[in-house]
Amino acid sequence: MTSDPNVPARPAPRIVACNQKARQLAALVLAQRGQARALTQDPPPTQYPYGCTTIFAPGWEVDSGNGTHGLCQPIERDLYDCYHTCYWPAQVPDGVTNAPKWTMSCGAPMQDWKSIDLVFP
Amino acid sequence: MQLQTVLHRRFQGERGTQFVYVATSAAILGFDAPTAAVVADFAQDGGRDDEAWLADQPERDKAASTLNDLIDLGVVRPVGEAAAPRAQLPPMPFPLATLVLNVTNKCNLSCTYCYEYGEDRLTAGDGSKGTGKPKMDDDTARQSIDFLLRSCGDRPQVSITFFGGETLLNFPAIKAATEYAEEQAKAKKKRVHYSLTTNATLLTDEVVDFLTRHRFGITISIDGAQQDQDRHRTFQKGVGSFDVIAPRIRHLLATNKERKGRSIGARVTLTAGASPAPATYRFLTQELGFDEVGFAPVTAGLGREYALGEKGYEKLLREFGELAEDYVAAALRNETHGFANLGDLLRELHQGVNKAHPCGAGLGLLGVSTEGELGLCHRFVESKSHAVGNVTQGIDESVRTAFLTQAHIDQKTDCTQCFARPLCAGGCYHEAHVRYGDATVANLHYCEWIRGFVDLGLRTYGRILEANPKFFARFEQS
Repeated sequence: MTSDPNVPARPAPRIVACNQKARQLAALVLAQRGQARALTQDPPPTQYPYGCTTIFAPGWEVDSGNGTHGLCQPIERDLYDCYHTCYWPAQVPDGVTNAPKWTMSCGAPMQDWKSIDLVFP
Repeated sequence: MQLQTVLHRRFQGERGTQFVYVATSAAILGFDAPTAAVVADFAQDGGRDDEAWLADQPERDKAASTLNDLIDLGVVRPVGEAAAPRAQLPPMPFPLATLVLNVTNKCNLSCTYCYEYGEDRLTAGDGSKGTGKPKMDDDTARQSIDFLLRSCGDRPQVSITFFGGETLLNFPAIKAATEYAEEQAKAKKKRVHYSLTTNATLLTDEVVDFLTRHRFGITISIDGAQQDQDRHRTFQKGVGSFDVIAPRIRHLLATNKERKGRSIGARVTLTAGASPAPATYRFLTQELGFDEVGFAPVTAGLGREYALGEKGYEKLLREFGELAEDYVAAALRNETHGFANLGDLLRELHQGVNKAHPCGAGLGLLGVSTEGELGLCHRFVESKSHAVGNVTQGIDESVRTAFLTQAHIDQKTDCTQCFARPLCAGGCYHEAHVRYGDATVANLHYCEWIRGFVDLGLRTYGRILEANPKFFARFEQS
């Protein structure tokens, strides 16, 4: 793939970005490549992420409509992650002192997150 | 995972290059033959399962890499994937860029097809006898300039367009507005671009001098050679206007050329029975000396005898194809060709314009009536149903936002599967209003025409790109 039609690449590129929009798009795609890397890849990455960023969880977000329906995973998944690996006392029960057993009923959050109950202070 | 191409149009260059116009992004991509074959594979109904497809490929790694590129560029996506959320509106209030001043609603011609005075007129009352004031007074013209300059946000340049009726019937208001705008823009450190549309009957020496001195962008409404011009563009008593306008146009073009003014365009209204477009094009550019010619099929309600009709549109598309040949020949010599419809289309294709609304009406552009009332565009001024405020009190933002929300391309479900949607976005509000009584609906009566013309544009783009890609540098937008 090339983003510049005026620079002939050798061997001939399979895809040429012809108009301005395509060139912007190709530049964006090329710039983003390599930014997301699998931890299991070979050779392994030289820098490792730290803390809750080691797991795939988008965090406390809302979607474009200020709701949660458009998020990429159930909001409950976020709840569990923050409780377990992060200190986020305002939004989730804290697992250190007040609610250490909050997620005991839930062995595999991706399957049975519904069994995590509410905690009333 | 089941993958499929997104909404697109494939086309081929003369030398066999395969291209695709991706309608979701308006990107144009060129492919080598193996990549084009991959696109064709995933374009089939229901798409293909990527794993099953890869298992069939002799060079799996290469195929996977190609497929990956196509996915990243948004050409191939998972079947049924929801479209990315699109902004409903830009941040409002959107800064104005252009204000169209209808300086008069009077006309000295009585063109039989005119939407302003004919059967398809929007304005209340009795048309040419005037609904509001027949002429805009100088104060209203100046208030309009003030309104534009305070509503244009940070834009370094604004445009003022004068329109009518016959615009030049109110030359004093044009002069007053231009001189005032010059002074105010200087104080506010803005640049102003002026333009005007006229039927050329009143292009006196004084007018020509003034317009060329202020570097007006000028559009002349003219239907072609004598027989075409005089068929519909007549004076009130039915006499054709060609003999009056021809010498005046020649004088304007000569003066403008001498002063190195902006290019001057002819705008041809196409009706049933008109001469072929290439002949009209040649007459207007070679005989009269216009720099550009733009053709517009007449706006007509159902059953108007001057309307083009299905056969008329088919014929016109063939004629546009002939003009496109000339355009390509000029482009290969790196010269600009004056066929404005195609030039505008190629510009939008090259930039990758992807419209949420068909035009700037109500967004960056508004029209002003002779009394200072604001309408969506010049065609809607004095139409009470589409009033959006006035120049003294400003824009009624709630009305404006409600209209733009309703007119957004995502509301036009008819357009969902059309590859031309990034360019057309449902088409002219005024056309839709005349045809369907609702400005926010898609103009379904000319879909085939639009698709045919966009297709012609794509093929032309491919041909020029193969032979002289540098030609398109002139259309680049920073």
